[in-house]
Amino acid sequence: MKWKKICSLDDIVPDTGVCAQIDDKHIALFRLAATDEVLAIDNIDPFSRSSVLSRGLIGSVGGTPTVASPLHKQRFDLRSGHCLDDESITLTTYATRISKDAVSISLA
Amino acid sequence: MSTYIIIGNGMVGHRFVEELVSKNLHIDNNIIVFGEEPRSAYDRVQLSSYFNGTTANELSLVTPGYYEENSIELRIKERVTAINRETQTVTSDNGEIIPYDTLILATGSVPFVPPISGNDREGCFVYRTIEDLEAITSHAKNSKIGTVVGGGLLGLEAANALQNLGLETHVVEFAPRLMAVQINDHAGECLRNKIESLGVGIHTSKATSEITDGKNRIHKMVFADGEELETDCIVFSAGIRPRDELAKSCGLDLGERGGIAIDKHCRTSDPHIYAIGECACWNGKIFGLVAPGYHMARIVAERLDHCEETLFKGFDMSTKLKLLGVDVASIGDAQAARRGARTFAINNEIDGSYARIVVSKNLKYLWGAVLIGDCSTYDMLLQMMKNRIPLPSNPQDVILPATSEEQSLGPDALPDDATICSCHNVTKGDIVDAIKNDGIVDLPSLKSCTKVATGCGGCATLTKKILDNELEKQGIAVDTSLCEHFAYTRQELYHLIRTEQIHSFGELLEKHGTGLGCEICKPTAASIFASCWNEHLLDTDKAGLQDTNDYYLGNMQKDGTYSVVPRVPGGEITPDGLITIGTIAKKYNLYTKITGGQRVDMFGARVDQLPPIWKELIDAGFETGHAYGKSLRTVKSCVGSTWCRYGQQDSVGLAIELENRYKGLRSPHKLKMAVSGCTRECSEAQSKDLGVIATENGYNMYVCGNGGMRPRHADLFAEDLDKDTLIRYIDRFFMFYIRTADKLQRTSVWMESLDGGLEYLRKVVMHDSLNICSQLEEEMSYVIDSYECEWKATINDPEKIKRFRHFVNSDESDNNVLFVEERGQIRPATADERELQLANTSA
Ligand code: SRM
Ligand SMILES: Cc1cc2nc3c(=O)[nH]c(=O)nc-3n(C[C@H](O)[C@H](O)[C@H](O)COP(=O)(O)OP(=O)(O)OC[C@H]3O[C@@H](n4cnc5c(N)ncnc54)[C@H](O)[C@@H]3O)c2cc1C
Ligand code: SF4
Ligand code: FES
Repeated sequence: MKWKKICSLDDIVPDTGVCAQIDDKHIALFRLAATDEVLAIDNIDPFSRSSVLSRGLIGSVGGTPTVASPLHKQRFDLRSGHCLDDESITLTTYATRISKDAVSISLA
Repeated sequence: MSTYIIIGNGMVGHRFVEELVSKNLHIDNNIIVFGEEPRSAYDRVQLSSYFNGTTANELSLVTPGYYEENSIELRIKERVTAINRETQTVTSDNGEIIPYDTLILATGSVPFVPPISGNDREGCFVYRTIEDLEAITSHAKNSKIGTVVGGGLLGLEAANALQNLGLETHVVEFAPRLMAVQINDHAGECLRNKIESLGVGIHTSKATSEITDGKNRIHKMVFADGEELETDCIVFSAGIRPRDELAKSCGLDLGERGGIAIDKHCRTSDPHIYAIGECACWNGKIFGLVAPGYHMARIVAERLDHCEETLFKGFDMSTKLKLLGVDVASIGDAQAARRGARTFAINNEIDGSYARIVVSKNLKYLWGAVLIGDCSTYDMLLQMMKNRIPLPSNPQDVILPATSEEQSLGPDALPDDATICSCHNVTKGDIVDAIKNDGIVDLPSLKSCTKVATGCGGCATLTKKILDNELEKQGIAVDTSLCEHFAYTRQELYHLIRTEQIHSFGELLEKHGTGLGCEICKPTAASIFASCWNEHLLDTDKAGLQDTNDYYLGNMQKDGTYSVVPRVPGGEITPDGLITIGTIAKKYNLYTKITGGQRVDMFGARVDQLPPIWKELIDAGFETGHAYGKSLRTVKSCVGSTWCRYGQQDSVGLAIELENRYKGLRSPHKLKMAVSGCTRECSEAQSKDLGVIATENGYNMYVCGNGGMRPRHADLFAEDLDKDTLIRYIDRFFMFYIRTADKLQRTSVWMESLDGGLEYLRKVVMHDSLNICSQLEEEMSYVIDSYECEWKATINDPEKIKRFRHFVNSDESDNNVLFVEERGQIRPATADERELQLANTSA
């Protein structure tokens, strides 16, 4: 696996997201304060085609962490990328790693 | 193993396939479906919602992969052109010939276009498919006037669509009244008045004889009486004709006025062929609604499954609709056509509503009803008729506005076999069983368990009543939790936060909740924190709670950019102020528009542009306008006594004072205010949460008005107040609302939910009946004293500014945002325009 360093953990306010640019991809990274981890999925909202998911609200459904699109509130499972409000849609998820406060992500 | 061929993949054809699958008949049989439209089945009943932005995908009735997964062959865009009954084969338009054992005709119907010369001119449409709507939309772009031929249910629905497309709309009806099939003369007149008052031109008793070139508009319609009407767009909606052409050419029996004749098993005159849905004709009748079609689909599936057989014995065609915003319902024998029928009607000229019941000769049973303007009694009347529940001793009581005991027919009065949902044949007994045996406690699970209320949705209110009633009986509290993370209502959370002095979401979750929170409870908590403590929204422990609008202090637009709305108190602005806004908008290439709230909105700012734009605005003396917040928006003013010859007081001065007093106040929903200088009411104060109208002696205070989706006129709360008293009352009123309202509940809805209503509110606010007024005033003065402009505080805090960038790992701005120019300004590119721009840049 090849890791690419994105930012330091402090660059992400706890329980919010940021958007990273890798080649021409827009990827959303979310920092979950409760479990101290960072999860990554596509940033482009498949419903509006806008690059906004990192600006959605983090939440949970059952035990699963989710993000709700800031435009029309569809929820996405942050671990699997599945859209909980439209079975036909699944976003790509990306592996992440936090080492020495640096957040990296793998595209492989 | 048999081969079933289904012709038509519309609502009923698809439902039939679902019935087969639910009986596992797809496993051992070969199923082939032909559909001539360019897509698989969709919800035609909701077709008009296409105009409100619902997409073709959202209208689809077919979950992706459904046909493939169940090994059913769906042949889209393929039309059957012939049936050969001898060889038991069908021929499709690509020439293929396919044999069947059983054939099911679900070919639906087509709109009837009267044979008028010129009816095929460009700009003449029907209203049946998604393609029809696409064509109407694109033609309407260059039209001013639209006309619907046909004043029935569908015609009025089409008229509504034309009006929403911004056209001056007319309805031309051949009969002397609207909805001639469903309702009687009086009701037709009442409906006409209501619809005319909405600005739709109604022309009844008009036979169109010709359509030719217009002088000023595209078409001219010429009527038999010599009158004329010029229009750009014509939609024919003069009834439907069953699609029986295939049946006719292969010699099946037809009904007298068309339609494929069927018996009580839905079988045609050929025992191997069935017909279901709108193409079928039973006992000389066509059924132009979806529920009877679904019923027929079930009957045929049961028959093929050799199981207990339901028989088709006609169908109740009662309907309740909102046509052009007017509630209209027709139940059973609305026309009083049955022998011995007696009627009773109320024609309420004050609110323009009309109600009529049709009862049996002995006055014992309800046979039918018509309701216009107010359909609140629909569920009850329908159940009374269907279940033959005896009428009260004065039958008219059931539609009289007085709330007599007998009138409110609770769920307990319904027998267990009462059909609640006619789309899915769900009885009250089924619902009660599901609640008792499957432990169901909410509407969503009840829907997925029994399918109730998942068809036309008309039965949802009654279903909810039965559910609540049943839960109450079992001693289960009806769940009013905010969401899965908090078992409290907003009011309860507010109380906890205030009394326990909770300042962070973490603490709130730990003490009273579970999980991580969600998009419902986080903003609710954030709003309560702000109402109580007024700390900065973007403080680190609050940032993650804010909806994106609050997080970036601007409203997110469809393309991910934001709007910028500086506060313009009372709508008063200096020429220099205007020039500043203009200069900034020009510099950052923003789209500008005057809003409905008397200020200027600048659209199209990317996140990274927000801080520099706001810095320039703040340096020029502007403050945030809170257009993004659930908080005070604007205080509209009229020019008032300073200039106006009628003005009684300085309405602009007061509006500015009020706007500065309450700016930044966070509340359960947004707050709007207005001050008018006299009763001519040029600032529309009676449509605001809080309105003030100046009088000779002071001010009249109005509360709980609303524009928007469900307009409500404000109530006159107090008269001729002096300014100090007025402000004291407003302080108390707002704080009491903030304490007790539900999340996202405007003051208008809150007022309607208050026990005791306006009188109660007067007691609390004017007479301090709860002994809380000094507390309310204190809380308000704390919020007012701790106000700071959120943008100013943000600009001055480098930590907060850091968050305003699109990429965390680069300084570039969002390359996914694309604009085009229109009328000299930018706007977001449409999907097609985006593709084009992207293709050009990569080429
Ligand atoms: C910009 C503006 C339209 C315009 O171009 O004129 C507008 C734009 C929006 N309105 Fe509005 N409303 C605007 C005046 C109004 C008015 C007229 C008025 O205030 O006099 C109304 C009806 C009056 C009322 O609210 O009672 C109005 C009733 C709504 C509603 C329906 C509220 C309701 O109770 O039914 C919504 C939806 C909501 O709030 O849930 C809404 C929501 C919105 C939102 C916030 C939708 C959204 O989430 O994106 C729009 C975004 C604003 C933005 O991006 O800045 N807007 N909206 C007006 C801004 C006024 C201002 O200066 O702040
Ligand atoms: C705007 C609008 C609003 C409505 N509102 C309501 C409402 O509120 N409540 C209500 O109950 N009903 C409503 N209806 C009526 C409802 O949509 C119909 O009752 C329902 O769609 C009938 O279903 P069906 O399958 O019989 O016909 P359709 O849905 O029309 O399906 C028939 C299908 O068969 C296809 N077909 C026909 N011939 C062939 C062939 N030879 N080969 C291949 N395919 C063929 C057609 O293209 C069509 O796709 C509304 C209808 C419209 C247009
Ligand atoms: S409301 Fe009265 S004072 Fe205000 S502008 Fe209209 S007429 Fe003049
Ligand atoms: S009656 Fe249509 S969904 Fe229940």
